[in-house]
Amino acid sequence: MQHEKLASFEDAVLPHLDAAHNLARWLTRSDSDADDVVQEAYLRAFKFFGGFHGTDGRSWVLAIVRNTCYTWMQHNRSPQFSAPLDDELEDIESEDLDPEELLQQSQDTEIVRRALQELPVEYREVLVLRELEEMSYKEIAGIADLPVGTVMSRLARGRKRLQKALTKHRQTEVLSELPKSTGTNTRLH
Amino acid sequence: MSCQRAQELIHGYIDGELDPVNNLETGRHIQDCQVCASTYRSQTALRSSLRDKSLYYPASEKLKKRIQSVVRKEAKSERSPRSLGWRWVAVGASLAFMLLIGVMLWRVLPGVSGPSSDELLAQELVSNHVRSLLLSGSHLTDVLSSDQHTVKPWFDGKVDFAPPVKDFASQDFSLYGGRLEYLNNRSVATLIYQRRSHYINLYIWPTEQRGSTEEITFQRQGYNLIHWTSSGMNYWAISDLNNVELHEFARLVQQQ
Repeated sequence: MQHEKLASFEDAVLPHLDAAHNLARWLTRSDSDADDVVQEAYLRAFKFFGGFHGTDGRSWVLAIVRNTCYTWMQHNRSPQFSAPLDDELEDIESEDLDPEELLQQSQDTEIVRRALQELPVEYREVLVLRELEEMSYKEIAGIADLPVGTVMSRLARGRKRLQKALTKHRQTEVLSELPKSTGTNTRLH
Repeated sequence: MSCQRAQELIHGYIDGELDPVNNLETGRHIQDCQVCASTYRSQTALRSSLRDKSLYYPASEKLKKRIQSVVRKEAKSERSPRSLGWRWVAVGASLAFMLLIGVMLWRVLPGVSGPSSDELLAQELVSNHVRSLLLSGSHLTDVLSSDQHTVKPWFDGKVDFAPPVKDFASQDFSLYGGRLEYLNNRSVATLIYQRRSHYINLYIWPTEQRGSTEEITFQRQGYNLIHWTSSGMNYWAISDLNNVELHEFARLVQQQ
């Protein structure tokens, strides 16, 4: 019995360790925390594996990883939990960027990484699942325990926010590259 | 299709999640409308930048090996729970022994006789106070009014006593509102006062005790608590306000 359980677990769930780690790393924003969360989630997954009858091991384990992440973040009093999102009220007017300008920004992966990292966790998770994991709205809805419509609106708002953040980061980057004021030079004399 | 509708659907279009009809119409609209076409282009550019491989964090080989071995160990322990039997007996025995020592110490030493009922209550009140502030948007007050003649009658029929309600705005403790709570196994009238940006929760319920008792001060998790009884009522004032000002407040309430 246990042999069978272990074998089918190694078959259905273990191959998704990369996806599990990617999600945990984006949610916790820390390498060591992501490792710990993934290990804990996998132990839980193994314990509850008897309840898994589906075919989609990836979605199943990612839901467990996500829950483990949230529990972990709450225990560590992650500040991002202080302000819950209101899907209905919040809206950002779309400011579309010049595509060329955006393309230039895109090339700078570090800026994209930072902007995505700083996004509120509710947007970050749907974007990571959609863009990095290439999951369908339905799969994301299952993992994040949201209605499909909310997945769509969060993706839309998340992308708009991300665009805005990219513009901001890009501007600060440019500003920091400008030569400093001449004040220090005069002091030398 | 209107631009507004297209802007709503554009993300579903990019993600290939629209039904055939909307998909077709959105596609057409993007061809005809420059604004929406520009949104489409910038969103697809954003998408391709997010699909950069270096943004993906795969699990390290070390983690993969570790998890595989942890899971295998778990499978083993599930398989043979009996082999651990004796070890668990030993653990159980030592736990029982520690419990015994604990009970003996508890009876012998007065200092470790567990928290007093006042202390437990203080803890319950602190939790309530914090919760009321966390929910300040929705549940700091049931009746929001600085008028004592509004707040006092509000409690009528909700509690089986009439809590004294007075506004101390002239002393800079302004009445903010009232709230009904269930604490210490009974309904409790709660008055909320404000000084600067600090809120004070004043909990009031009747007591059998005649006469007045001295103020007792507690500190929990950075909050100051003052407890007293007077004229057959229990009072607990809680705030993050400093002790001196909270005492000033308590004195005002007692003098009313």
